[in-house]
Amino acid sequence: MLRAASRFLHGRNAFYVSLLLLPPLLWLGTVYLGSLFALLAQSFYAIDEFTARVVPELTLATYRQLVTQPANVDIVLRTVAMAVAVTIACGIVAFPVANYMARHAGPKMKAFFYVGVMLPMWTSYLVKVYAWRLILAKQGIVAWGFESAGATAVLEHALATPVVGGPSLSSSYLGMFIVFVYMWLPFMILPLAAALERVPASLLQASADLGARPGQTFRNVVLPLALPGLAAGSVFTFSLTLGDYIIPSVVGAPGYFIGMMVYQQQGTAGNLPLAAAFSVVPIVLIGLYLTLARRLGAFDAL
Amino acid sequence: MTAAIELRDASRAFGSVVALDRVSLEIAPGEFFALLGPSGSGKTTCLRLIAGFDQPDSGQVLLDGVDVTDVPPFDRDVNTVFQDYALFPHMSVAENVAYGLRVRRIATVERRKRAAEMLELVRLDDFAERRPTQLSGGQKQRVALARALINGPKVLLLDEPLGALDLKLREEMQAELKGLQQRLGITFVFVTHDQGEALSMADRVAVFNAGRIEQLDTPRGLYTRPRTAFVASFVGSANVVSGALAEHITGRCTPFAIRPELIEIRPAEGALPEGLLAAAGTLEGVLYHGASSRCHVRIDANTLLSVARAESAGAAPLPPAGSRVRLAWRPADAVMLES
Repeated sequence: MLRAASRFLHGRNAFYVSLLLLPPLLWLGTVYLGSLFALLAQSFYAIDEFTARVVPELTLATYRQLVTQPANVDIVLRTVAMAVAVTIACGIVAFPVANYMARHAGPKMKAFFYVGVMLPMWTSYLVKVYAWRLILAKQGIVAWGFESAGATAVLEHALATPVVGGPSLSSSYLGMFIVFVYMWLPFMILPLAAALERVPASLLQASADLGARPGQTFRNVVLPLALPGLAAGSVFTFSLTLGDYIIPSVVGAPGYFIGMMVYQQQGTAGNLPLAAAFSVVPIVLIGLYLTLARRLGAFDAL
Repeated sequence: MTAAIELRDASRAFGSVVALDRVSLEIAPGEFFALLGPSGSGKTTCLRLIAGFDQPDSGQVLLDGVDVTDVPPFDRDVNTVFQDYALFPHMSVAENVAYGLRVRRIATVERRKRAAEMLELVRLDDFAERRPTQLSGGQKQRVALARALINGPKVLLLDEPLGALDLKLREEMQAELKGLQQRLGITFVFVTHDQGEALSMADRVAVFNAGRIEQLDTPRGLYTRPRTAFVASFVGSANVVSGALAEHITGRCTPFAIRPELIEIRPAEGALPEGLLAAAGTLEGVLYHGASSRCHVRIDANTLLSVARAESAGAAPLPPAGSRVRLAWRPADAVMLES
């Protein structure tokens, strides 16, 4: 019976492949993409001002509201600024770590680093966020560390910075930024380390051999070849920051972020079209970002 | 004349493995020099010391009489053709070739012109805009050559340059490299484990074994006057006879080597011409190689001698396998080895 089935499938490659792909495609198509599109479609629906009920009537009013109301524009700009800052910081912090893991660490050290990078991801996300709130609190360990080092002035100076500062790290954008960077760092390190590992050592030697100083080798060879990894990592850090609503609600200043807005609009406020319109923003931004990265040749070395 | 390259008592160990053991070496300007040896013999370590990718634990490296032991690769007037070619995958062929000029901040126009000249030298002018992945092995090899030569180095290092090419291409590239070296007149140092390659291309060859140079000589010298059993059997194939059997044949207890093509197979019985050395044995088998045949003759339990026999039209037929035969050679053809 099994043999007959195997024999039937043998040579019917297209049929065989579609048989294998059908279940996951159905899942992806209906449950995943389908629900996403259902949500996005909501953003074009009107809302009855009086009853606050969604009316299936196509309109661009929600988007007009999104781009014209200063409060909404502020939320988008604030979120994007944070996402850009977090992505850049993750790239800068991750590069040396990933480079060490890929190029210099021995087998044991490499395993240690991989586990070390991924270990925080094994614990609950909420636990980590609340832990960070304590760490960054006014009388938390960071403030204590600055005090012990006699550098309280430095911390106070940083907190006195307009916009990003605040009464304490745990209630400022600076603190939120630190938590975001901590949270998404593994998502930057892992693809970056994978990309760097694929760069043969002989390319770096060839560059030096031809007269390039270490800085030139980095700019001309390492960076361009690490770009796909950097792009992949930045898509993670960028989109994760754009969509997150827990970190901004637990740590940081009271200003709203896109994720919080989506959460609030579809929940308490019950304005599903506006929530849907807000969740379109990250999708559009990521799309733009990927197009730009492609134009700049980030994926040429793939 | 100052040596183009000199190693003075250079040693390098990796953990407990001694890769290079007090090696001294002088390479003259304009020489085509081969570092020959089996894998792990220290030849590649030696090349890396010259290129500057590695530093000796002790000893010195001199280029043109100047001590460069601690000079990084980017400040050495030496360029390398890598075994895997190490072409930059994100650059076009022309950009790869021009890289050495780019990092030296030569103007773009000048860079393009000289890269085009180099590509013409290796006959790849039509491939300037391709990516390295779109090239064949032989073409990549030539791009690597052009890239290494663009800075006009006094010394070109080649790490197993022909290792990844198929036989026919390898022979073509051998001739091409040799011609290029003669035209440019610069020093070529190449690493190889292929003795045929070393013999046919190099002016002089250093034979490496276990981190030391066993013998440094011209190809002809290595082949006709190997000093040790290792060199005799690694360079070409030689029969090495030692111990009691050597004493029995020559009357001296020093080991000796005799090349297969210098041995003659004679009938077991009958008179031996005056002055020949001989050993009796059993013909075990014959391998036909076209132009010649390889006969294996067992002298005693430990000694199997190999005899090359030209397959010319007039050659007398060999006796059947299992026959008793006598191997004979002129005493002058046997090379006494260091024991």
